[in-house]
Amino acid sequence: MTTPPLQINSLNVSYHSKLVLWDVGVSIQPGRTTAIVGPNGAGKSTLLKAALGLIPASSGDISFYGGPLRKCRSRVAYVPQRESVDWDFPVNARDVVAMGLYRRIGWCLPVRSIHRRMADEALADVGMADFACRQISQLSGGQQQRVFLARALAQKADLYLMDEPFASVDAATEQAILAVLERIKNAGGTVVCVHHDLETVAQYFDDAVLLNMRIVAQGPVIDVMTPENLRKTYGARLALVDELETNLSSSIPARK
Amino acid sequence: MIWTELDTWIVIAGALTAMSCALPGVFLQLNKQSMLGDAISHAVLPGIAIAFLLSGSKDTLPMLAGALAAGVLTAILSGTIQRIGQVEQGASLGVVFCVFFAVGILLVRVAADHVDLDPSCVLFGSLELAVIQSSGIPKVVWTSLITLAVNSVLVALFFKELRLSAFDNRYAASAGIPPESVRLGLTILTSITSVMAFESIGSILVIAMLIVPGATALLFCRSVGSVLFASLGFAALASAGGHLLAISTIPAMLSYLLDNPDIGSVSSAGMMATCAGLMFFSILLGKILSKPRGASVTQVDTQ
Repeated sequence: MTTPPLQINSLNVSYHSKLVLWDVGVSIQPGRTTAIVGPNGAGKSTLLKAALGLIPASSGDISFYGGPLRKCRSRVAYVPQRESVDWDFPVNARDVVAMGLYRRIGWCLPVRSIHRRMADEALADVGMADFACRQISQLSGGQQQRVFLARALAQKADLYLMDEPFASVDAATEQAILAVLERIKNAGGTVVCVHHDLETVAQYFDDAVLLNMRIVAQGPVIDVMTPENLRKTYGARLALVDELETNLSSSIPARK
Repeated sequence: MIWTELDTWIVIAGALTAMSCALPGVFLQLNKQSMLGDAISHAVLPGIAIAFLLSGSKDTLPMLAGALAAGVLTAILSGTIQRIGQVEQGASLGVVFCVFFAVGILLVRVAADHVDLDPSCVLFGSLELAVIQSSGIPKVVWTSLITLAVNSVLVALFFKELRLSAFDNRYAASAGIPPESVRLGLTILTSITSVMAFESIGSILVIAMLIVPGATALLFCRSVGSVLFASLGFAALASAGGHLLAISTIPAMLSYLLDNPDIGSVSSAGMMATCAGLMFFSILLGKILSKPRGASVTQVDTQ
Protein backbone atom coordinates (compact mmCIF):
# COMPACT_ATOMS: atom_id res chain seq x y z
CA MET A 1 0.00 0.00 0.00
CA THR A 2 1.27 3.47 -0.87
CA THR A 3 2.00 5.98 1.90
CA PRO A 4 -0.94 8.32 2.43
CA PRO A 5 -0.29 11.97 1.44
CA LEU A 6 -1.49 13.02 4.87
CA GLN A 7 -1.72 10.84 7.94
CA ILE A 8 -2.84 12.27 11.28
CA ASN A 9 -2.81 10.18 14.45
CA SER A 10 -4.39 11.07 17.81
CA LEU A 11 -4.17 14.81 17.29
CA ASN A 12 -5.25 17.04 20.17
CA VAL A 13 -5.49 20.79 19.70
CA SER A 14 -6.65 23.28 22.28
CA TYR A 15 -7.29 26.96 21.85
CA HIS A 16 -7.16 29.18 24.94
CA SER A 17 -7.09 26.01 27.07
CA LYS A 18 -10.33 24.78 25.50
CA LEU A 19 -10.11 21.53 23.57
CA VAL A 20 -10.96 22.06 19.90
CA LEU A 21 -9.78 18.80 18.36
CA TRP A 22 -9.91 15.66 20.40
CA ASP A 23 -7.99 12.51 19.49
CA VAL A 24 -8.36 13.06 15.77
CA GLY A 25 -7.04 10.41 13.40
CA VAL A 26 -7.31 10.95 9.65
CA SER A 27 -5.84 9.11 6.72
CA ILE A 28 -6.10 10.86 3.36
CA GLN A 29 -6.07 8.55 0.33
CA PRO A 30 -3.83 9.48 -2.62
CA GLY A 31 -5.37 10.45 -5.95
CA ARG A 32 -8.75 11.27 -4.40
CA THR A 33 -10.67 14.33 -3.29
CA THR A 34 -11.72 14.45 0.33
CA ALA A 35 -14.19 16.81 2.01
CA ILE A 36 -13.89 17.66 5.68
CA VAL A 37 -17.45 18.23 6.83
CA GLY A 38 -18.94 19.31 10.13
CA PRO A 39 -20.93 22.04 11.87
CA ASN A 40 -19.56 25.50 12.66
CA GLY A 41 -16.93 25.34 15.36
CA ALA A 42 -16.26 21.67 14.71
CA GLY A 43 -12.56 22.41 14.14
CA LYS A 44 -12.45 21.84 10.35
CA SER A 45 -10.13 24.77 9.56
CA THR A 46 -8.22 24.09 12.76
CA LEU A 47 -7.51 20.58 11.52
CA LEU A 48 -5.88 21.91 8.34
CA LYS A 49 -3.94 24.60 10.19
CA ALA A 50 -2.71 22.17 12.84
CA ALA A 51 -1.66 19.70 10.14
CA LEU A 52 0.39 22.45 8.48
CA GLY A 53 1.88 23.51 11.82
CA LEU A 54 0.28 26.95 11.63
CA ILE A 55 -1.19 26.49 15.10
CA PRO A 56 0.46 24.35 17.77
CA ALA A 57 -0.94 20.92 18.58
CA SER A 58 -0.98 19.70 22.18
CA SER A 59 -0.11 16.21 21.03
CA GLY A 60 -0.35 13.91 18.06
CA ASP A 61 1.52 12.71 14.99
CA ILE A 62 1.25 14.35 11.59
CA SER A 63 3.05 12.98 8.57
CA PHE A 64 3.02 14.09 4.94
CA TYR A 65 4.04 11.33 2.52
CA GLY A 66 5.45 9.38 5.44
CA GLY A 67 7.63 12.19 6.81
CA PRO A 68 7.48 15.57 8.49
CA LEU A 69 6.13 18.55 6.54
CA ARG A 70 9.51 20.30 6.35
CA LYS A 71 10.84 17.39 4.24
CA CYS A 72 8.20 17.88 1.55
CA ARG A 73 6.89 21.44 1.77
CA SER A 74 6.97 21.93 -1.98
CA ARG A 75 4.66 18.92 -2.44
CA VAL A 76 1.99 20.47 -0.21
CA ALA A 77 -0.01 23.55 -1.24
CA TYR A 78 -2.32 25.43 1.10
CA VAL A 79 -5.29 27.55 0.05
CA PRO A 80 -6.28 29.65 3.08
CA GLN A 81 -9.76 31.06 3.61
CA ARG A 82 -10.33 34.07 1.41
CA GLU A 83 -11.30 36.21 4.42
CA SER A 84 -7.93 35.61 6.08
CA VAL A 85 -6.16 38.35 4.11
CA ASP A 86 -6.67 42.04 3.37
CA TRP A 87 -7.73 42.34 -0.27
CA ASP A 88 -6.91 46.07 -0.30
CA PHE A 89 -3.22 45.12 -0.25
CA PRO A 90 -1.36 46.88 -3.10
CA VAL A 91 -0.65 43.91 -5.39
CA ASN A 92 -2.20 42.60 -8.59
CA ALA A 93 -3.46 39.09 -9.32
CA ARG A 94 -0.22 37.99 -10.99
CA ASP A 95 1.83 39.13 -7.97
CA VAL A 96 -0.32 37.01 -5.66
CA VAL A 97 -0.12 33.93 -7.88
CA ALA A 98 3.65 34.34 -8.18
CA MET A 99 3.82 34.02 -4.38
CA GLY A 100 3.22 30.31 -4.97
CA LEU A 101 6.66 30.20 -6.59
CA TYR A 102 8.60 32.01 -3.85
CA ARG A 103 9.82 28.80 -2.31
CA ARG A 104 11.10 27.57 -5.65
CA ILE A 105 12.70 30.96 -6.44
CA GLY A 106 14.49 30.94 -3.07
CA TRP A 107 15.28 33.60 -0.47
CA CYS A 108 16.47 37.01 -1.63
CA LEU A 109 16.17 36.22 -5.34
CA PRO A 110 13.79 38.28 -7.49
CA VAL A 111 10.69 37.12 -9.36
CA ARG A 112 11.82 36.88 -12.99
CA SER A 113 9.87 36.88 -16.24
CA ILE A 114 9.82 33.07 -16.39
CA HIS A 115 8.05 33.04 -13.01
CA ARG A 116 5.56 35.65 -14.17
CA ARG A 117 4.82 33.44 -17.16
CA MET A 118 4.24 30.47 -14.86
CA ALA A 119 1.90 32.63 -12.78
CA ASP A 120 -0.02 33.60 -15.91
CA GLU A 121 -0.39 29.93 -16.87
CA ALA A 122 -1.81 29.15 -13.43
CA LEU A 123 -4.23 32.07 -13.79
CA ALA A 124 -5.32 30.71 -17.16
CA ASP A 125 -5.98 27.32 -15.51
CA VAL A 126 -8.66 28.92 -13.34
CA GLY A 127 -10.09 31.01 -16.18
CA MET A 128 -8.55 34.27 -14.98
CA ALA A 129 -6.03 34.91 -17.78
CA ASP A 130 -7.48 38.35 -18.49
CA PHE A 131 -7.15 39.53 -14.92
CA ALA A 132 -3.38 39.16 -14.40
CA CYS A 133 -2.74 42.90 -14.04
CA ARG A 134 -5.95 43.60 -12.14
CA GLN A 135 -5.57 45.06 -8.66
CA ILE A 136 -6.82 42.38 -6.24
CA SER A 137 -9.27 44.79 -4.57
CA GLN A 138 -11.02 45.15 -7.94
CA LEU A 139 -11.80 41.43 -8.18
CA SER A 140 -15.07 39.85 -7.12
CA GLY A 141 -15.11 37.40 -4.24
CA GLY A 142 -15.17 34.43 -6.59
CA GLN A 143 -12.30 35.81 -8.65
CA GLN A 144 -10.27 36.37 -5.49
CA GLN A 145 -10.89 32.74 -4.56
CA ARG A 146 -9.67 31.67 -7.99
CA VAL A 147 -6.52 33.77 -7.56
CA PHE A 148 -5.82 31.89 -4.32
CA LEU A 149 -6.41 28.62 -6.13
CA ALA A 150 -4.07 29.68 -8.95
CA ARG A 151 -1.37 30.48 -6.41
CA ALA A 152 -1.58 26.93 -5.07
CA LEU A 153 -1.61 25.51 -8.63
CA ALA A 154 1.51 27.51 -9.52
CA GLN A 155 3.26 25.59 -6.77
CA LYS A 156 2.66 22.36 -8.76
CA ALA A 157 2.12 20.40 -5.58
CA ASP A 158 0.90 16.83 -5.08
CA LEU A 159 -1.38 17.52 -2.12
CA TYR A 160 -3.70 20.51 -1.95
CA LEU A 161 -5.25 21.57 1.36
CA MET A 162 -8.08 24.03 0.75
CA ASP A 163 -10.01 25.90 3.42
CA GLU A 164 -13.60 26.49 2.29
CA PRO A 165 -12.85 27.15 -1.41
CA PHE A 166 -16.57 26.95 -2.27
CA ALA A 167 -17.70 29.40 0.41
CA SER A 168 -19.88 32.17 -1.09
CA VAL A 169 -18.57 32.01 -4.65
CA ASP A 170 -20.44 32.55 -7.92
CA ALA A 171 -21.44 29.72 -10.24
CA ALA A 172 -18.56 30.38 -12.68
CA THR A 173 -16.02 30.09 -9.87
CA GLU A 174 -17.67 26.94 -8.58
CA GLN A 175 -17.34 25.34 -12.02
CA ALA A 176 -13.73 26.55 -12.32
CA ILE A 177 -12.82 25.06 -8.95
CA LEU A 178 -14.50 21.77 -9.81
CA ALA A 179 -12.58 21.62 -13.10
CA VAL A 180 -9.35 22.23 -11.21
CA LEU A 181 -10.14 19.48 -8.69
CA GLU A 182 -10.78 17.11 -11.58
CA ARG A 183 -7.53 18.09 -13.28
CA ILE A 184 -5.49 17.64 -10.09
CA LYS A 185 -7.01 14.21 -9.61
CA ASN A 186 -6.32 13.17 -13.19
CA ALA A 187 -2.69 14.15 -12.73
CA GLY A 188 -2.53 11.86 -9.70
CA GLY A 189 -2.78 14.63 -7.13
CA THR A 190 -4.75 14.66 -3.90
CA VAL A 191 -7.17 17.31 -2.63
CA VAL A 192 -8.52 17.93 0.85
CA CYS A 193 -11.22 20.60 1.17
CA VAL A 194 -12.95 22.00 4.20
CA HIS A 195 -16.51 22.06 2.94
CA HIS A 196 -19.65 23.50 4.49
CA ASP A 197 -22.38 22.57 2.05
CA LEU A 198 -23.70 19.11 2.90
CA GLU A 199 -25.81 18.86 -0.22
CA THR A 200 -22.86 19.03 -2.63
CA VAL A 201 -20.44 16.77 -0.73
CA ALA A 202 -21.55 13.66 -2.59
CA GLN A 203 -21.39 15.34 -6.00
CA TYR A 204 -18.04 17.05 -5.59
CA PHE A 205 -15.91 14.64 -3.55
CA ASP A 206 -14.83 11.01 -3.47
CA ASP A 207 -14.25 10.73 0.27
CA ALA A 208 -15.59 12.53 3.31
CA VAL A 209 -14.41 13.06 6.87
CA LEU A 210 -17.19 13.91 9.30
CA LEU A 211 -15.79 16.00 12.11
CA ASN A 212 -17.22 17.49 15.24
CA MET A 213 -14.23 17.96 17.53
CA ARG A 214 -13.64 14.24 17.10
CA ILE A 215 -13.91 12.11 14.02
CA VAL A 216 -17.42 10.74 13.53
CA ALA A 217 -16.76 8.82 10.33
CA GLN A 218 -14.43 8.76 7.34
CA GLY A 219 -14.28 6.92 4.04
CA PRO A 220 -15.98 7.01 0.64
CA VAL A 221 -18.91 9.46 0.62
CA ILE A 222 -21.46 6.73 -0.04
CA ASP A 223 -20.49 4.92 3.16
CA VAL A 224 -19.95 8.02 5.27
CA MET A 225 -22.79 10.37 4.38
CA THR A 226 -25.50 8.37 6.09
CA PRO A 227 -28.32 10.01 8.03
CA GLU A 228 -27.12 8.32 11.18
CA ASN A 229 -23.56 9.65 10.85
CA LEU A 230 -24.83 13.11 10.00
CA ARG A 231 -27.05 13.08 13.04
CA LYS A 232 -24.07 12.15 15.18
CA THR A 233 -22.02 14.96 13.62
CA TYR A 234 -24.57 17.71 13.73
CA GLY A 235 -26.09 16.64 17.03
CA ALA A 236 -29.11 18.64 18.00
CA ARG A 237 -29.71 20.14 14.58
CA LEU A 238 -32.02 17.29 13.65
CA ALA A 239 -34.39 19.28 11.51
CA LEU A 240 -31.57 20.16 9.14
CA VAL A 241 -30.45 16.55 8.93
CA ASP A 242 -33.95 15.27 8.28
CA GLU A 243 -34.33 17.73 5.48
CA LEU A 244 -31.04 16.64 3.98
CA GLU A 245 -31.83 12.99 4.32
CA THR A 246 -34.27 13.12 1.45
CA ASN A 247 -31.88 15.16 -0.69
CA LEU A 248 -28.98 12.82 -0.02
CA SER A 249 -30.85 9.65 -0.76
CA SER A 250 -31.66 11.05 -4.16
CA SER A 251 -28.23 12.53 -4.91
CA ILE A 252 -25.98 9.61 -4.00
CA PRO A 253 -27.35 6.95 -6.34
CA ALA A 254 -27.62 9.53 -9.07
CA ARG A 255 -23.88 10.08 -8.91
CA LYS A 256 -22.60 6.74 -10.13
CA MET B 1 15.16 84.48 3.85
CA ILE B 2 18.86 83.68 3.55
CA TRP B 3 19.88 80.28 2.15
CA THR B 4 23.33 79.12 3.25
CA GLU B 5 25.36 75.96 2.84
CA LEU B 6 24.03 74.89 6.23
CA ASP B 7 20.46 75.01 4.92
CA THR B 8 21.44 72.69 2.08
CA TRP B 9 22.99 70.23 4.54
CA ILE B 10 19.90 70.42 6.79
CA VAL B 11 17.66 69.51 3.87
CA ILE B 12 19.97 66.70 2.72
CA ALA B 13 20.36 65.22 6.20
CA GLY B 14 16.62 65.54 6.84
CA ALA B 15 15.75 63.95 3.51
CA LEU B 16 18.15 61.02 3.95
CA THR B 17 16.90 60.36 7.49
CA ALA B 18 13.25 60.61 6.49
CA MET B 19 13.82 58.30 3.52
CA SER B 20 15.58 55.70 5.66
CA CYS B 21 12.59 55.74 8.04
CA ALA B 22 10.05 55.53 5.21
CA LEU B 23 11.31 52.15 3.94
CA PRO B 24 10.71 50.00 7.06
CA GLY B 25 7.67 52.20 7.76
CA VAL B 26 5.91 51.04 4.59
CA PHE B 27 6.21 47.39 5.66
CA LEU B 28 5.11 48.15 9.22
CA GLN B 29 1.92 49.56 7.75
CA LEU B 30 1.42 46.71 5.31
CA ASN B 31 1.82 44.37 8.30
CA LYS B 32 -0.84 46.43 10.12
CA GLN B 33 1.80 47.15 12.73
CA SER B 34 2.03 50.94 12.46
CA MET B 35 1.84 51.08 16.22
CA LEU B 36 5.06 49.06 16.44
CA GLY B 37 7.02 51.91 14.87
CA ASP B 38 5.54 54.28 17.42
CA ALA B 39 6.34 51.87 20.24
CA ILE B 40 9.89 51.11 19.13
CA SER B 41 10.89 54.72 18.63
CA HIS B 42 9.79 55.41 22.22
CA ALA B 43 10.97 52.18 23.75
CA VAL B 44 14.56 52.43 22.50
CA LEU B 45 15.10 55.41 24.84
CA PRO B 46 15.95 53.37 27.98
CA GLY B 47 18.21 51.21 25.81
CA ILE B 48 20.09 54.28 24.66
CA ALA B 49 20.26 55.69 28.19
CA ILE B 50 21.52 52.43 29.71
CA ALA B 51 24.08 52.03 26.93
CA PHE B 52 25.19 55.59 27.59
CA LEU B 53 25.49 55.01 31.34
CA LEU B 54 27.46 51.80 30.86
CA SER B 55 29.80 53.01 28.16
CA GLY B 56 29.99 56.63 29.29
CA SER B 57 30.15 57.86 25.73
CA LYS B 58 27.82 58.89 22.94
CA ASP B 59 29.47 56.52 20.49
CA THR B 60 27.13 55.02 17.93
CA LEU B 61 27.85 51.34 18.54
CA PRO B 62 26.90 50.99 22.23
CA MET B 63 23.83 53.18 21.59
CA LEU B 64 22.82 50.93 18.71
CA ALA B 65 23.28 47.81 20.81
CA GLY B 66 21.21 49.29 23.65
CA ALA B 67 18.46 50.46 21.33
CA LEU B 68 18.39 47.14 19.51
CA ALA B 69 18.01 45.23 22.76
CA ALA B 70 15.20 47.54 23.88
CA GLY B 71 13.44 47.37 20.51
CA VAL B 72 13.50 43.59 20.29
CA LEU B 73 12.52 43.31 23.97
CA THR B 74 9.49 45.53 23.24
CA ALA B 75 8.38 43.29 20.40
CA ILE B 76 8.90 40.11 22.45
CA LEU B 77 7.31 41.45 25.65
CA SER B 78 4.25 42.85 23.90
CA GLY B 79 3.88 39.62 21.95
CA THR B 80 3.94 37.66 25.21
CA ILE B 81 1.43 39.98 26.90
CA GLN B 82 -0.79 39.71 23.83
CA ARG B 83 -0.69 35.92 23.93
CA ILE B 84 -1.05 35.38 27.67
CA GLY B 85 -3.44 38.23 28.39
CA GLN B 86 -5.38 37.80 25.14
CA VAL B 87 -5.44 41.54 24.52
CA GLU B 88 -5.12 43.15 21.11
CA GLN B 89 -1.69 44.03 19.76
CA GLY B 90 -2.09 47.80 20.01
CA ALA B 91 -3.02 47.58 23.68
CA SER B 92 -0.14 45.30 24.64
CA LEU B 93 2.33 47.50 22.73
CA GLY B 94 0.91 50.58 24.44
CA VAL B 95 1.48 49.08 27.87
CA VAL B 96 5.05 48.06 27.09
CA PHE B 97 6.28 51.17 25.35
CA CYS B 98 4.79 53.59 27.89
CA VAL B 99 6.68 51.81 30.66
CA PHE B 100 9.88 51.72 28.62
CA PHE B 101 9.58 55.35 27.66
CA ALA B 102 8.94 56.42 31.25
CA VAL B 103 11.98 54.46 32.43
CA GLY B 104 13.99 56.00 29.63
CA ILE B 105 13.00 59.57 30.53
CA LEU B 106 13.79 58.84 34.21
CA LEU B 107 17.21 57.46 33.32
CA VAL B 108 18.03 60.35 31.03
CA ARG B 109 16.85 62.94 33.58
CA VAL B 110 18.22 61.48 36.79
CA ALA B 111 21.35 59.60 35.87
CA ALA B 112 22.55 61.31 32.76
CA ASP B 113 21.44 64.83 33.57
CA HIS B 114 24.92 66.18 34.16
CA VAL B 115 26.02 65.26 30.68
CA ASP B 116 25.08 66.03 27.14
CA LEU B 117 21.96 63.90 26.65
CA ASP B 118 18.88 65.96 27.36
CA PRO B 119 15.27 64.88 26.96
CA SER B 120 14.24 67.66 24.61
CA CYS B 121 17.07 66.75 22.25
CA VAL B 122 15.95 63.12 22.30
CA LEU B 123 12.35 64.10 21.61
CA PHE B 124 12.78 66.78 19.00
CA GLY B 125 16.31 66.19 17.72
CA SER B 126 18.59 68.99 16.68
CA LEU B 127 18.85 68.90 12.93
CA GLU B 128 20.12 72.49 12.82
CA LEU B 129 22.91 71.78 15.33
CA ALA B 130 23.84 68.38 13.90
CA VAL B 131 24.97 69.76 10.55
CA ILE B 132 27.23 72.44 12.05
CA GLN B 133 30.77 71.36 11.32
CA SER B 134 33.89 73.31 10.47
CA SER B 135 34.38 71.82 7.01
CA GLY B 136 33.43 68.99 4.70
CA ILE B 137 30.33 66.82 4.74
CA PRO B 138 28.64 66.78 8.19
CA LYS B 139 28.78 63.47 10.09
CA VAL B 140 24.98 63.27 10.32
CA VAL B 141 24.78 63.18 6.51
CA TRP B 142 27.14 60.20 6.44
CA THR B 143 25.27 58.27 9.14
CA SER B 144 21.88 58.89 7.52
CA LEU B 145 23.26 57.98 4.10
CA ILE B 146 24.63 54.70 5.45
CA THR B 147 21.31 53.93 7.18
CA LEU B 148 19.41 54.61 3.98
CA ALA B 149 21.82 52.46 1.97
CA VAL B 150 21.55 49.54 4.42
CA ASN B 151 17.76 49.79 4.53
CA SER B 152 17.49 49.98 0.75
CA VAL B 153 19.70 46.94 0.23
CA LEU B 154 17.85 44.88 2.86
CA VAL B 155 14.41 45.86 1.54
CA ALA B 156 15.50 45.04 -2.02
CA LEU B 157 16.95 41.67 -0.96
CA PHE B 158 13.98 40.61 1.15
CA PHE B 159 11.30 42.40 -0.86
CA LYS B 160 9.56 39.15 -1.83
CA GLU B 161 9.57 37.75 1.70
CA LEU B 162 8.48 41.04 3.31
CA ARG B 163 5.60 41.39 0.87
CA LEU B 164 4.42 37.80 1.24
CA SER B 165 4.45 37.76 5.04
CA ALA B 166 2.66 41.12 5.12
CA PHE B 167 -0.02 39.96 2.69
CA ASP B 168 -0.66 36.40 3.83
CA ASN B 169 1.32 35.21 6.83
CA ARG B 170 -0.44 31.82 6.99
CA TYR B 171 0.45 30.98 3.41
CA ALA B 172 4.01 32.22 4.01
CA ALA B 173 4.34 29.88 6.98
CA SER B 174 2.92 26.94 4.99
CA ALA B 175 5.44 27.65 2.20
CA GLY B 176 8.34 27.58 4.65
CA ILE B 177 8.96 31.35 4.80
CA PRO B 178 8.46 31.95 8.55
CA PRO B 179 6.59 35.26 8.93
CA GLU B 180 7.72 35.61 12.56
CA SER B 181 11.36 35.73 11.48
CA VAL B 182 10.61 38.23 8.73
CA ARG B 183 8.75 40.41 11.23
CA LEU B 184 11.53 40.14 13.78
CA GLY B 185 13.95 41.28 11.10
CA LEU B 186 11.70 44.23 10.36
CA THR B 187 11.55 45.07 14.07
CA ILE B 188 15.34 45.02 14.30
CA LEU B 189 15.64 47.19 11.21
CA THR B 190 13.11 49.67 12.63
CA SER B 191 15.01 49.83 15.93
CA ILE B 192 18.32 50.50 14.18
CA THR B 193 16.73 53.10 11.95
CA SER B 194 15.09 54.95 14.85
CA VAL B 195 18.40 55.18 16.71
CA MET B 196 20.28 56.40 13.68
CA ALA B 197 17.56 58.99 13.10
CA PHE B 198 17.39 60.12 16.73
CA GLU B 199 20.34 62.46 16.63
CA SER B 200 19.12 64.45 13.69
CA ILE B 201 15.36 64.41 13.92
CA GLY B 202 14.41 63.08 17.37
CA SER B 203 11.88 60.43 18.33
CA ILE B 204 8.73 62.40 17.50
CA LEU B 205 9.74 62.91 13.90
CA VAL B 206 10.90 59.31 13.62
CA ILE B 207 7.31 58.26 14.26
CA ALA B 208 6.04 60.74 11.69
CA MET B 209 8.53 59.66 9.05
CA LEU B 210 7.99 55.94 9.67
CA ILE B 211 4.29 56.33 8.99
CA VAL B 212 3.32 59.44 7.03
CA PRO B 213 5.26 59.02 3.74
CA GLY B 214 4.10 55.40 3.42
CA ALA B 215 0.53 56.26 4.40
CA THR B 216 0.48 59.01 1.76
CA ALA B 217 1.83 56.64 -0.90
CA LEU B 218 -0.65 53.92 0.09
CA LEU B 219 -3.50 56.31 -0.70
CA PHE B 220 -2.93 55.99 -4.42
CA CYS B 221 -0.20 53.43 -5.27
CA ARG B 222 -1.17 50.04 -6.65
CA SER B 223 1.94 47.98 -6.00
CA VAL B 224 4.29 47.60 -3.07
CA GLY B 225 7.21 48.69 -5.26
CA SER B 226 5.55 51.95 -6.24
CA VAL B 227 4.52 52.54 -2.62
CA LEU B 228 8.20 52.28 -1.63
CA PHE B 229 9.41 54.70 -4.32
CA ALA B 230 6.60 57.19 -3.75
CA SER B 231 7.20 57.15 0.01
CA LEU B 232 10.89 57.92 -0.61
CA GLY B 233 9.81 60.87 -2.76
CA PHE B 234 7.37 62.15 -0.15
CA ALA B 235 10.04 61.84 2.55
CA ALA B 236 12.54 63.90 0.54
CA LEU B 237 9.87 66.43 -0.35
CA ALA B 238 8.83 66.75 3.28
CA SER B 239 12.41 67.58 4.21
CA ALA B 240 12.83 70.30 1.59
CA GLY B 241 9.36 71.73 2.08
CA GLY B 242 9.60 71.50 5.85
CA HIS B 243 12.85 73.40 6.02
CA LEU B 244 11.53 76.10 3.70
CA LEU B 245 8.47 76.46 5.93
CA ALA B 246 10.71 76.59 8.99
CA ILE B 247 13.01 79.36 7.78
CA SER B 248 10.63 81.49 5.72
CA THR B 249 6.87 81.09 5.72
CA ILE B 250 6.15 80.17 9.31
CA PRO B 251 8.48 82.74 10.94
CA ALA B 252 7.03 85.44 8.68
CA MET B 253 3.50 84.41 9.62
CA LEU B 254 4.34 84.23 13.31
CA SER B 255 6.07 87.63 13.24
CA TYR B 256 2.99 89.10 11.67
CA LEU B 257 0.50 87.37 13.96
CA LEU B 258 2.44 87.98 17.17
CA ASP B 259 3.63 91.41 16.08
CA ASN B 260 7.18 90.39 16.94
CA PRO B 261 9.81 90.84 14.21
CA ASP B 262 12.45 88.78 16.08
CA ILE B 263 11.20 85.30 15.19
CA GLY B 264 14.06 84.01 13.01
CA SER B 265 13.12 80.38 12.40
CA VAL B 266 11.25 77.44 13.92
CA SER B 267 12.31 73.78 14.25
CA SER B 268 12.99 72.29 10.83
CA ALA B 269 12.25 68.80 12.08
CA GLY B 270 8.86 69.91 13.36
CA MET B 271 8.06 71.57 10.06
CA MET B 272 9.09 68.42 8.18
CA ALA B 273 6.42 66.53 10.08
CA THR B 274 3.94 69.31 9.36
CA CYS B 275 4.83 69.28 5.68
CA ALA B 276 4.46 65.47 5.50
CA GLY B 277 1.05 65.79 7.16
CA LEU B 278 0.00 68.48 4.69
CA MET B 279 0.94 66.22 1.77
CA PHE B 280 -1.05 63.35 3.26
CA PHE B 281 -4.16 65.47 3.70
CA SER B 282 -3.93 67.10 0.29
CA ILE B 283 -3.74 63.70 -1.39
CA LEU B 284 -6.54 62.39 0.79
CA LEU B 285 -8.62 65.43 -0.16
CA GLY B 286 -7.80 64.88 -3.83
CA LYS B 287 -8.90 61.27 -3.50
CA ILE B 288 -12.17 62.25 -1.84
CA LEU B 289 -12.89 64.96 -4.40
CA SER B 290 -12.15 62.69 -7.37
CA LYS B 291 -14.49 59.92 -6.12
CA PRO B 292 -17.86 61.28 -7.33
CA ARG B 293 -16.44 61.95 -10.79
CA GLY B 294 -15.14 58.37 -10.99
CA ALA B 295 -18.57 57.08 -10.04
CA SER B 296 -20.33 59.07 -12.76
CA VAL B 297 -17.89 57.74 -15.38
CA THR B 298 -18.75 54.16 -14.42
CA GLN B 299 -22.41 55.00 -14.73
CA VAL B 300 -21.87 56.25 -18.27
CA ASP B 301 -19.95 53.05 -19.05
CA THR B 302 -22.77 50.79 -18.03
CA GLN B 303 -25.40 52.60 -20.01
